[in-house]
Amino acid sequence: MLWRGWSRGIRLILGTCVVVLLGLPETHAVIETYEFSSAELEQRYRMLSQELRCPKCQNQNIADSNAPIARDLRAELARQLERGANDEEILAFMVERYGEFVRYRPEVNDQTLVLWIGPWLLLLLGAGIVLRSVRRSGEGPQGDANAITAARGALRKRLHEQETE
Amino acid sequence: MSRLKLFLPLLAFVALAGLLYRGLALDPTALPSARLGSALPNFNLTELHSNELLSPSQMPDGPYLLNVWATWCYSCRVEHAFLRDLSDRGVAIIGLNYKDDRAAALQWLADLGDPYGLTLFDPQGTLGLDLGVYGAPETYVIDQQGAVAYRHVGIVDEQVWERTLSRYWGEP
Repeated sequence: MLWRGWSRGIRLILGTCVVVLLGLPETHAVIETYEFSSAELEQRYRMLSQELRCPKCQNQNIADSNAPIARDLRAELARQLERGANDEEILAFMVERYGEFVRYRPEVNDQTLVLWIGPWLLLLLGAGIVLRSVRRSGEGPQGDANAITAARGALRKRLHEQETE
Repeated sequence: MSRLKLFLPLLAFVALAGLLYRGLALDPTALPSARLGSALPNFNLTELHSNELLSPSQMPDGPYLLNVWATWCYSCRVEHAFLRDLSDRGVAIIGLNYKDDRAAALQWLADLGDPYGLTLFDPQGTLGLDLGVYGAPETYVIDQQGAVAYRHVGIVDEQVWERTLSRYWGEP
């Protein structure tokens, strides 16, 4: 009887928690929203605002940042999308003002090349090291086994020789 | 030879430690202006005091400092005294009042003194955006050719002036 009351109480508390949590707005969501004339523009707005980096808070994109400059860049982005600019034009506009820095996927040039191929080079290097050490450790015991077989053979031969003497 | 190989991890460690140690002295927020070497972007802004419409052609001959400031910017208040000092020493400074209120800005200059030869009033931050301003205070060096030569983000003080900005004014 007591247990039933407990479990009902717990269920009530948990239920309340779920309802309250579901009702809360996403805390990191950006405050303002823009009305776009088409779903396609809205989709591109979402894509570009996640790809553009906030110059002020450097580890956030402009969609996530609350910095005033991120707000300004979002407004500019929405304005340009409505005006009919394509993605390349918008990115070029941003890069002209804030440098390649403002893109999370910067253009490949001699300054950004190391960003693009560096990880792959490191991966290759690591794979090479692993391959080598695996091959070596494979060699070791097998080499020993061969030596043991050879020694065994030699001993047998000597035993045989002694027996036959 | 194989003995020497044993030192490879140590060498790699020393090299990495050296690289990271150097990294400690770098400022990760330092971001060179994307406008370096090019002229001021076009603008049509009013002068804060006179309301006169100004464009790049009315800017004085360089070198001069273009100081981005606003009354909502606490650090701007901190650097203001030094800017007045610089102005007294004969360094030309142009203000860019960034996303601010005209009355508040005028009051600020009346209270704290006005180091600016002229002040561009940019309530929407349009010139700010075109210049690549991402906060206040920022200070640009505009050289004799009228091109952006340097950008400093943050407060300008004696040290910043001595170490970096003053070199654009040649030997004193």
